[in-house]
Amino acid sequence: MNRLSWFNAVSLTLGFAFLYIPMIILIIFSFNESKLVTVWAGFSTKWYGELIHNEAFLDAAWVTVRVAVFSSTLATILGTMAAYVLVRGGRFFGRTLFSGMIYAPLVMPEVITGLSLLLLFIGIGLDRGIFTIVLAHTTFSMCYVSVVVSSRLITFDRSLEEAALDLGCSPAQAFRLVTLPIIAPAVISGWLLAFTLSLDDLVIASFTSGPSATTLPIKIFSAVRLGVSPEINALSTLMIAVVTIGVITASLVTKRAAVRQKQEEQAAARAT
Amino acid sequence: MGALLNSTVFAPWDDPQAKPLIQFQNVTKRFGGFTAIDNLSIDIFEREFFALLGPSGCGKTTMMRMLAGFEKPTEGHILLAGQDIDPIPPNKRAVNMMFQSYALFPHLSVWDNIAFGLKRDKMPKRDIEERVDEMLRLTRLEKFASRKPHQISGGQRQRVALARSLAKAPKLLLLDEPLGALDKKLRQDTQFELMDIQEKTGTTFVIVTHDQEEAMTVASRVAVMDHGRIIQADTPARIYETPNSVYVADFIGDVNIIEGRATPKGDDSYSIDWAEGQTPLQATSSAAIEKGQKCHLAIRPEKVTITAERPADAANAVQGKVHDIAYLGNLSTYHVELPNGTIIKAQTANTRRISRRSFSWEDPVWLSWTATAGVLLAN
Repeated sequence: MNRLSWFNAVSLTLGFAFLYIPMIILIIFSFNESKLVTVWAGFSTKWYGELIHNEAFLDAAWVTVRVAVFSSTLATILGTMAAYVLVRGGRFFGRTLFSGMIYAPLVMPEVITGLSLLLLFIGIGLDRGIFTIVLAHTTFSMCYVSVVVSSRLITFDRSLEEAALDLGCSPAQAFRLVTLPIIAPAVISGWLLAFTLSLDDLVIASFTSGPSATTLPIKIFSAVRLGVSPEINALSTLMIAVVTIGVITASLVTKRAAVRQKQEEQAAARAT
Repeated sequence: MGALLNSTVFAPWDDPQAKPLIQFQNVTKRFGGFTAIDNLSIDIFEREFFALLGPSGCGKTTMMRMLAGFEKPTEGHILLAGQDIDPIPPNKRAVNMMFQSYALFPHLSVWDNIAFGLKRDKMPKRDIEERVDEMLRLTRLEKFASRKPHQISGGQRQRVALARSLAKAPKLLLLDEPLGALDKKLRQDTQFELMDIQEKTGTTFVIVTHDQEEAMTVASRVAVMDHGRIIQADTPARIYETPNSVYVADFIGDVNIIEGRATPKGDDSYSIDWAEGQTPLQATSSAAIEKGQKCHLAIRPEKVTITAERPADAANAVQGKVHDIAYLGNLSTYHVELPNGTIIKAQTANTRRISRRSFSWEDPVWLSWTATAGVLLAN
């Protein structure tokens, strides 16, 4: 292993400091004894204890988790279907347009997505609540799922599906018994990605939520406007933990699948 | 050559009463503007080991994919046991395929791979177990039943693919370059194994290959293809000995082609003027060739004899000098240059040690062959 040159070491430190110092400060102060956020008064976990008794936060957390689970599941189903059709559907009319359009929401400003969804829900007379947030989150996170799944499908050996058909599977059975188990790692990491995206979304949720359903990010945002409390720090620390776990799991699942695929390819190459 | 011995017993293609298992009836397949298969008709019989041989892009894989049901003919029909199979999807055909990449399911064990097709047939569990065990025995894979495909060697994977495609006892088994991924030694062993399994199971095999040696070894009949057409379909021996065109003669094995103009002499024999100031060559042809018609004489190098003196009784003899020698161990191929610049190859068995070889570079030699050694091909 080469030692880092002083220049690289400095760049690395600066870059990571820039990225992580704010979060580290937040985490440190979540263990602060004092009620004043900016004054350190010793280590304590009491704000985490207080959190458990804060009904409003717990309600919001429960809403957030439900929204994330439902929307990421829905997004995974729709995104996988979209990816499958776009990669495997052959050359149907407007295919290029469709594959372009599936990526468009990735770069669309969230304000615009949120606003257009709000207008839609008002237009069709849908009461805003958990259901509308789920719909909204599904809308933007399914493109992420579809990107992850289609990149796996592109490298998928088509003859595996043909072999399944040849051995007596209907196309649906071939998908369920052969394609899905093989692309499962990509589908799972797509789900985790959608889950974390839904968990930390503020903008779209605030457009599409109603008085009956407030997600955690909205709750935190509105609480902060009244002043930052150590309790919020504790809550945010917990969210960072959940999102980190989600992202790490997703990348591990993908990485393991990639390693395994590589092993299989190498084994295949040895045979030639 | 096993195929040669069999051909006297097993030759349904010569029997007008025999019912073909597969019939291609004027099949054409186009992909956009590209014609992959061009108005092709061929009958393949039960228990045959039929090889489709040709360069890449000649349409052999398309023919196979049409039999499997992955492609539909643009025109014409394909009949399996008298039934038009065009509208039948791949999963409903009594046809199985062994894929070039083997296409083993990586998430299933060897056992489950072989059982995969049987499970789709809703076969009782005990019957499935019996059949899978039988297939494992047939392909000598008993020890690897619980391994995953990436935990076994290439040769073993090839046998799993074969076992999986044979498990459902298809009427027809398609093999797409089945031995392409194996090294030469393993390939030769596997070829005989394949023939053995084909004989044991009595399944009709259609194999796609670009390796002419492989086709000659395993097949009861070989179809040489080019540009979506079958140029010649016949037993390996007849393809080699009596090719019907320069293309087939050139594609199978090594060959000398001498161009000339024929003069009929009666009794199927012809004399061929091939070069200024040279004695005409003598050859026979069962197909009629008109006087003065341009033709090609195809002679295999092993049918050309190389000697130092002019042989007294040879029908054809030409003189030249040794231009090059290809030493292959058991055989040597002498490239002999004739006075007009033509190179003729003559092959001899190396019955003596290389240091005692009779001819060396630049030696003047005589090449000779009989009147029936070559095949006369009209243009």
